[in-house]
Amino acid sequence: MLHQPITKNYHDFIIERDPEKCIQCQVCVRQCSYGAHIYNEKDERVTEDETRCVGCHRCEALCPTGALTIRRNPSEFRENALWAPQFIKNIYKQADTGGILLTGMGNPYPYPVYWDRMVLDASQVTNPSIDPLREPMELRTWLGSKPDAIEVEMKKGKPKLTTNFSPQLQVNYPILFSAMSYGSINLNVHVGLARAAEELGILYNTGEGGLHQSLYKYGKNTIVQCASGRFGVDSKYLNAGVAIEIKIGQGAKPGIGGHLPGEKIGKEISITRMIPEGSDAISPAPHHDIYSIEDLRQLIYALKEATDYEKPVFVKIAAVHNSAAIASGIARAGADVIAIDGFRGGTGAAPTMIRDNVGIPIELALASVDERLRQEGIRNRVSLLAAGGIRCSADVVKAIALGADAVYIGTAALIAVGCTVCQRCYTGKCPWGIATNDPYLAKRINPDIAHRRLANLVRAWGHEIQEMLGGMGLNAIESLRGNREKLRGVGLNEVELNILGIKHAGA
Amino acid sequence: MKSWQYQKDISGCGLSGIINKNGERIKGDSIICSIACQHDRGNGLGGGFAAYGIYPDFKDHYALHIMADNLDALHAAEGFLNQTVSIVHQEKIPTRPNKYITDPPILRRYFIEPVKEGDRICRWPGLSDDDYIVRVVMNVNRDIKGAYIFSSGKNMGAFKGVGFPEDIADFYRLDEYAGYIWTAHNRFPTNTPGWWGGAHPFTILDWSIVHNGEISSYGINKRYLEMFGYLCTLLTDTEVVAYLLDLLIRKHGLPIELACKVFAPPFWQEIDRMDKESKRLFTAIRMVYGSGLLNGPFAILFAYNGGLVGLNDRVKLRPLVAAVKGDTVYMASEESAIRAICPDPEKVWAPKAGEPVIVTMNKGASTTKKQARLSPACAGA
Repeated sequence: MLHQPITKNYHDFIIERDPEKCIQCQVCVRQCSYGAHIYNEKDERVTEDETRCVGCHRCEALCPTGALTIRRNPSEFRENALWAPQFIKNIYKQADTGGILLTGMGNPYPYPVYWDRMVLDASQVTNPSIDPLREPMELRTWLGSKPDAIEVEMKKGKPKLTTNFSPQLQVNYPILFSAMSYGSINLNVHVGLARAAEELGILYNTGEGGLHQSLYKYGKNTIVQCASGRFGVDSKYLNAGVAIEIKIGQGAKPGIGGHLPGEKIGKEISITRMIPEGSDAISPAPHHDIYSIEDLRQLIYALKEATDYEKPVFVKIAAVHNSAAIASGIARAGADVIAIDGFRGGTGAAPTMIRDNVGIPIELALASVDERLRQEGIRNRVSLLAAGGIRCSADVVKAIALGADAVYIGTAALIAVGCTVCQRCYTGKCPWGIATNDPYLAKRINPDIAHRRLANLVRAWGHEIQEMLGGMGLNAIESLRGNREKLRGVGLNEVELNILGIKHAGA
Repeated sequence: MKSWQYQKDISGCGLSGIINKNGERIKGDSIICSIACQHDRGNGLGGGFAAYGIYPDFKDHYALHIMADNLDALHAAEGFLNQTVSIVHQEKIPTRPNKYITDPPILRRYFIEPVKEGDRICRWPGLSDDDYIVRVVMNVNRDIKGAYIFSSGKNMGAFKGVGFPEDIADFYRLDEYAGYIWTAHNRFPTNTPGWWGGAHPFTILDWSIVHNGEISSYGINKRYLEMFGYLCTLLTDTEVVAYLLDLLIRKHGLPIELACKVFAPPFWQEIDRMDKESKRLFTAIRMVYGSGLLNGPFAILFAYNGGLVGLNDRVKLRPLVAAVKGDTVYMASEESAIRAICPDPEKVWAPKAGEPVIVTMNKGASTTKKQARLSPACAGA
């Protein structure tokens, strides 16, 4: 041990192997893409290199005899309130390599989670709660820009609508699958997302990696993304889905572009992204044709022109300090839907410092954007999507009560297909077969099972949302949208209550 | 106070309404008798009436009814009116002492005409007469502490306060008025001591509304209205209905039946079965006016100079009964309240969930006609 680099000594996890139960079958060896389990042929025994363990729990789940337990390494640094272990370990790593720290998924630090400081209302006596098993309970949601008013003319005593609408999207649940590119996740997961979206009557988002040929048939449930790298964008792609999303920013890495290393650009990804095999796919930090809001307007209308004004254009931004003013500008620039991604939003790869320190909580950004758009009288001109850290149906209900039309879920969807949030997506070695394009690993995701599990999740959340709505005495989701009377804060200070626009519990 | 900090008031209630389609005016006794019959639907913390056709001498002037907690508030409100409109006539609202009505506010009414553009006192040039009055009402109710304009239409008036409706009627001497439309309300507030401004009806211009129910969508209805400059200051959910009526019908030009469909829209499963045109129309209504949907239990009666409308929520969680006799239409929470003043109606029915009962004045109806003769009022009255 003496000559081992210091980083090797302070690994995060230990692998406990019960010798009574282990039958030396080597399942763990085959399952661990990080090489933490090793078969020693001479001794005919499985051993481990704990420094390689990322805590994904794949081996534990697959061990046929239950011989494995993955635990936090109990070895601790001397306690220090300032120098928490991650800072020490990160310094060791950087002193070794001189590189930027990388990570995956969303910000894991204990910033306040405002979802957990807000509680919902329910009917008692003066209004009856409604039982969704007996009565209609409507979740149908329309995304798109709405006029201030409709116009009708009376024809033969019957009112006839004369207002023409810009394109609108109908979704059966106020839940969409967030942008995750082909490349950051593999085709099997994309197929699962697309089929689940089709079955549920919702939408999934291609992310910026283009659209695989085999997925064009799910176009009615597809949002195609146009990001700063413009990967996979041509007119066929733009017309393939029902909406186009311009990705300006992402909650996990506001202000930062993306980088898919050349070694991950295999044949299929190369074709889909429309770049040479083996070349790095670099998404610039800004769109180099958008240096201000008027440029964004140009891109929005260029995309509308390219699709005959038949598809709503979404603009996705990361939640940052000035989100409210930015969103107002985006609404005025002609976007039909604005997606706001909070700092807990996930990613396939981001610099650790950015993920953990840049951006603001979605709850606060959403509340201030909705309020600003209302103050300016333009809330109906855009739909609002909240993203970044939606964990359960109660979070969805709270987001809608704060003012969202619907939410995007990304991490939750991946968890539904097996992700354990180990935060090593950037390695491309995902042992669960999700954030990897290695065919050996990717085949661990069965698209049929992924489809079933994703559809189950959204349907389950839908039932729960109906129960909560009914409990509040509402039978249509639009009566919840922006209805902050239904929320109360618990343990929030006055500034926070003011921004969220809610009363404290008991008031 | 920030707008989201206002506390809404919730209540159960009894309603009654009468309209004579020919414009013949009905004396106040009838409606008083009808609402008194539903005494047990209230708890003495609020009663009120709206009457149409009661100011024939000033029928082209806006009649502002003001309640003020004290003289300072009254003077502040009067000062504001003097700066923004021209008052043609003003007087105390006549009252008589009633032992159950305690501590009433100062009550006055002002008949005004809005200023013409270019006048020295024209505060908001470019607004229509109606919009100008709405602005005056909103400003007084928001900015002048202790003073509320609780009625602002032409040739109509609201009379309301804390007490059982029969006592409120006695206090306001409503037996001395005659109107071609009457609505009445008996209130059962559950969570706050009733206050005079919180009693029904709620009005804006000549829209008046009485409501039994709790609007669970209040939070978003209120925020939606704020986008169009309506401020909900009266601490009750019913207020939003009055403003929504003004927005949808007067400002957006929707026919009344469609405004009712905004409040109680068909379910998607019904819309999906409609013909193409209707499907387009109702989908548009739900997409654009989703924030105006009144969700939660309600029965409402709303009146304006041209008619009376009754409406239930879309799953009918509150009672509403209607009846017809000749040119007079009755609506109330309970059939007994109708039969108390019309023992032999030609037709009585319970309107279905979300299906409005719209009664409009007959063509050529004249509201200056002599008073209608109703069947004998309350047997015991």
